[in-house]
Amino acid sequence: MIAFCRAQPLGAVSLAVILVMMLGGVFAPWVAPYDPLAIDFAAVLARPSWAHWFGTDGYGRDILSRVIHGARTALVIGFVSSFLGSSVGALLGAASAYFGGKIDDAIQRLVDILLAFPIIVLALVVVAVLGKAVVLWIDANLIVAIAIPIVPKVARVVRAAALSVRAMPYIDAARAGGYSHLRIIFRHMAPNLAAPYLIMLTAYIAQAILLEASLSFLGLGVSEPTPAWGLMLSGNAADFYGEAPWMIIFPGLAISLAVFAFNLAGDALRDWLDPKFKT
Amino acid sequence: MLRYAVQRLLLTVPTLIGVAVLVFFVLRVVPGDVVEVKLRGDGGAVAQETIEAERKRLGLDRPLARQFVDWMVGLATLDLGTSMWTDRPVIDEIATRLELSLQVAIMATLVAVLIAIPMGTAAALLRDTWIDYVVRIVTIAGLAVPSFWLGMLIMIGLLTAFSWLPPITFTPLWKDPAANLAQLIWPAMAVGYRYAAVVARLVRSSLLEVLNEDYIRTARAKGVMERLVVGRHALRNALLPAITVIGLEFAFLIGGLVVTEQVFNLNGIGKLFVQSVSRNDFTLIQGMVMLIASFYVLVNLAVDMLYAVFDPRIRYR
Repeated sequence: MIAFCRAQPLGAVSLAVILVMMLGGVFAPWVAPYDPLAIDFAAVLARPSWAHWFGTDGYGRDILSRVIHGARTALVIGFVSSFLGSSVGALLGAASAYFGGKIDDAIQRLVDILLAFPIIVLALVVVAVLGKAVVLWIDANLIVAIAIPIVPKVARVVRAAALSVRAMPYIDAARAGGYSHLRIIFRHMAPNLAAPYLIMLTAYIAQAILLEASLSFLGLGVSEPTPAWGLMLSGNAADFYGEAPWMIIFPGLAISLAVFAFNLAGDALRDWLDPKFKT
Repeated sequence: MLRYAVQRLLLTVPTLIGVAVLVFFVLRVVPGDVVEVKLRGDGGAVAQETIEAERKRLGLDRPLARQFVDWMVGLATLDLGTSMWTDRPVIDEIATRLELSLQVAIMATLVAVLIAIPMGTAAALLRDTWIDYVVRIVTIAGLAVPSFWLGMLIMIGLLTAFSWLPPITFTPLWKDPAANLAQLIWPAMAVGYRYAAVVARLVRSSLLEVLNEDYIRTARAKGVMERLVVGRHALRNALLPAITVIGLEFAFLIGGLVVTEQVFNLNGIGKLFVQSVSRNDFTLIQGMVMLIASFYVLVNLAVDMLYAVFDPRIRYR
């Protein structure tokens, strides 16, 4: 950890930002000055002030509190969907490289098909197909919709890395030893694929957060009244551009900062774990 | 070269058929269909018979296999069917909006390329100076800022600075260029920023790589002017990977437009897609998915071909 911070100062800064966001998200009820859902008609569209640092929205809800609670939504959805997408993708990639032949062909064709769409188009189709299924306060189907576009991208990269691992003598040794395919993939190949997997996992958290914000903005992601950054930019925020720009500025800054931090963290992790790619 | 092109073109067919099959069956998994959204969407009570009659009219009551065959046969004859919501041919629905989206996409590409190449080049040549740092920060930010938020900021900026907002009705470019540009330049900038950031980062890193090559050292050693070393030897090679990214990002611009068109209230392809998804308009979704996928696959192919044209080392059989 210390070595990482020393070698990657930018990475360290981004980790600090991520940590602050995570703490803010976890302890949101204690950190946030107001209840994010509390409607206050006495303070509708209030400008930023000492009482409301980021101002209030069309229902008088405190924007700072909503941004802090929004971190929860963004980080949980971002992390879980990136974890899900990267894991399934890595598994497919590793299996594709390990088995080769027809299985490889079949998986690669599927990957080709999924890659022929911009991620948001794919996610929108999945949202339409699955509808909503709220578990706790998070929509599980939204997570699946965000995870699916990540799968083919990770599968492709991990497959390339796995092909070279597959050619290693210790894999032949393990097969000669009579181990099962599953054991070879998980015990022998996986540790050597951890670097690309972790890099992609981190980088796709940024993508997932951005995608969640876009879908919520379109009204097809997180739904009211859950505080979510993308959602805060839609609805009556869009009607009051001129009168209340703070409704737009702060949630957008939060999205940008989160995506920025995870992108930088992903880059730093890549440079650190895989010096080959250094530019 | 021609043989390679034809071969690649044929290889896109199985992928596109896969897309067609996948999208058809994936959509039929949905509980509920366009009829329910259309007739019951506003919460009113509608008799079951009316619903059944409408389903029958749209052909949704026929066996799945039959619907599938119709869809595939339609595709083979380039007939995408009619929208289940508006009863207009899918092709017409798309065509009326294509001009606007395509123009925004092309303008965004122009904005991106015009900004990105000089920026990336300057950053690489002046590595580790303040110019380089500024470019790196601006481009990393470009990857983080959502295009729809940038669009909203642009609107806020225009409103506060000039008390003016872009017009919301579309005027074709050939009718009134000024009115057309006044409307479309802003969304083009909003989606173009990310695009420019991606390209500029790539130009910078690939130019840095090329500048380390032996032939650059040779050129410098024999006393070629620095301007020519960069312009003729380095940049030409460094821009090759940029072509790929420009092409792929162009094909994926529809993704950025899906959200940005909403912000600027543009009646384009992206908005149509969101609409068709929220209405469960199967035929329209299918048609648009096919269009987007084909476009992507073809652009991909064109990029590979261009690559071979620009880089004589890559000649296929």
